[in-house]
Amino acid sequence: MQSNAQSGNVSTQRGPMSLRRRKSLLLMAQHWQLYLLLLFPLANLIVFKYIPIAGLQMAFKDFRVSKGVWGSPWVGMKHFINFFTAPNFWTIISNTIIISLYTIIASFPFAIVLAIGMNELVSSKARKTVQFLTYAPYFISTVVLVSMMMQMFDPRIGILTKLIKVFGYTGDNVFGSPTAFRHLYVWSGVWQQTGYNAIIYLAALTSINVELYDAARVDGCSKWQRIWHIDLPGIRPTVIILLILNMGYIMSVGFEKVYLMQNPMNLEASEIISTYVYRIGLINSNFSFSTAIGFFNSVINLILMLTVNKVAQKVGETSLW
Amino acid sequence: MVKRHSFSDLSFDIVNRIFLLFCTLVVLYPIVYILSSSFSSANAIIAGKVWLWPVELSTNAYKAVFRNKQVGTGYMNSIIYTAGGTTISVVLTIAAAYPLSRKFLPGRKFFTGMFIFTMLFSGGLIPTYFVVRSVGLIDSRWAIILPNALSVWNLMVTLTYFRTSLAEEMFEAAVIEGASDLRILVSIVLPLSQAIIAVIALYYAIGIWNSYFDALIYLKSSSKFPLQIILRNILIMNQTDLSMGADLVAMARRQGMADVMKYALIVISSAPLLMVYPFVQKYFVKGVMLGSVKG
Repeated sequence: MQSNAQSGNVSTQRGPMSLRRRKSLLLMAQHWQLYLLLLFPLANLIVFKYIPIAGLQMAFKDFRVSKGVWGSPWVGMKHFINFFTAPNFWTIISNTIIISLYTIIASFPFAIVLAIGMNELVSSKARKTVQFLTYAPYFISTVVLVSMMMQMFDPRIGILTKLIKVFGYTGDNVFGSPTAFRHLYVWSGVWQQTGYNAIIYLAALTSINVELYDAARVDGCSKWQRIWHIDLPGIRPTVIILLILNMGYIMSVGFEKVYLMQNPMNLEASEIISTYVYRIGLINSNFSFSTAIGFFNSVINLILMLTVNKVAQKVGETSLW
Repeated sequence: MVKRHSFSDLSFDIVNRIFLLFCTLVVLYPIVYILSSSFSSANAIIAGKVWLWPVELSTNAYKAVFRNKQVGTGYMNSIIYTAGGTTISVVLTIAAAYPLSRKFLPGRKFFTGMFIFTMLFSGGLIPTYFVVRSVGLIDSRWAIILPNALSVWNLMVTLTYFRTSLAEEMFEAAVIEGASDLRILVSIVLPLSQAIIAVIALYYAIGIWNSYFDALIYLKSSSKFPLQIILRNILIMNQTDLSMGADLVAMARRQGMADVMKYALIVISSAPLLMVYPFVQKYFVKGVMLGSVKG
């Protein structure tokens, strides 16, 4: 108010401002039902997402169950320093990043090639069949996927164990091998998700202007040339955006599948941030230390996502939000 | 001119078809193998005779699995969690998406931001666990349903749909007729949004049916375990002796039986989704498309 009076715009500024406020109050009163609806999801969000964020203070405290989150004594950065100087710090970080990057590198080309292949099928019935079948594994649960792998790579009766032995595999238990862990994790993911991932490229391919193909046909381009000069450039924006966005998740490998595939023998390759947080926190009850690791991971993820979103905005005028 | 590349095009078509056939077979083979194994005899499994079709056709494994009480309880629990959880999730998603899609609503941007922020930053495992504990949900069925009831991703898909597919004129006409906001939601928005509601309901249902993590950390009593936890205990941890309840026979035979029963269990637990899949596939494809077209 004071500054408005001094700048001499009292009548022009103050009038519309309060009018707008009154108008929005009126709108809020009129549409109280909308706020009532919003109350339920918002309450859920606050209780289960925002209060835990306040609970992150545990990372800077020595949490005691008897004193609670708010009453425990502060210890500053102790837990973070302990984590950064822990002997397994780099193993856990690099395991996480290697799994993510390997997944990205292995899954992108397959999805793109599958989409292009399906797009080139003339018969739409054949296309639908291939899409239908390759998409099906997406519905299999992680527990079932890992059990299927364990049965098929069983040292005694596994059919794939026999197959890889034909190709010269000499170890006896594939699931106990740290080197095999990453390959199993990534390629079972490719098996399960390529059909799903291909859908988005198929959508991008079908939105390419038909005139381009007609022109190419008139010019006598072969199918190979059409794919190289029309299809690939056509889906390039989609590929780049998805690649960039996926980079935002390299430090957030999901817990479920890795944890199921973990055993003491492959732990050196299979311990990642999320499984470590679980083991330290809920199994060993080292709550503050575990919270600190989770906090560190969340901050890294936030920075990655913000960076990646900026890059995506620059490159493709798309953004996550 | 046009015919110049006919040989190259023909070779392309052949290579492409072989490639797609190969992809399809690679995807199908493990599924067929598991299915065939589950219908084979224990002896055939141990002898390694099964590689494509069932050998010494037998349904003993299924009979044994159906006798197992844990599996039945898990199945029932999963049905309860999936039905209840999907209902609550869909209701919450619509309750958030509908107000946030009304462009005039004061505070809309702020609230939308509150939802989106949780996609970027979270309190993580331990703080969330303590919140669930302090509201008394440890070992409660609600712990499976409530903490992750709302998927912000699904919310954004629904929100985008409401914003782009529902004409503003309809709302104006309804307001002129004196309809309240809830009335507009029930009589106009919901009937016009059946496709998107089907999509998010399916996503929620699959997610709940297939997940095990919340049950792993929040549930203690086995009578409340969902199917995925039972599966994990039997299939991956080898915790339960599956041949309990069946005749006690020689150790080798038991071991063989346990393997066939694992195959049968894999089939039984995945069957509901794979049987529904053909009918809902088009909705899923639609969902992926909607998710990719962001507002």
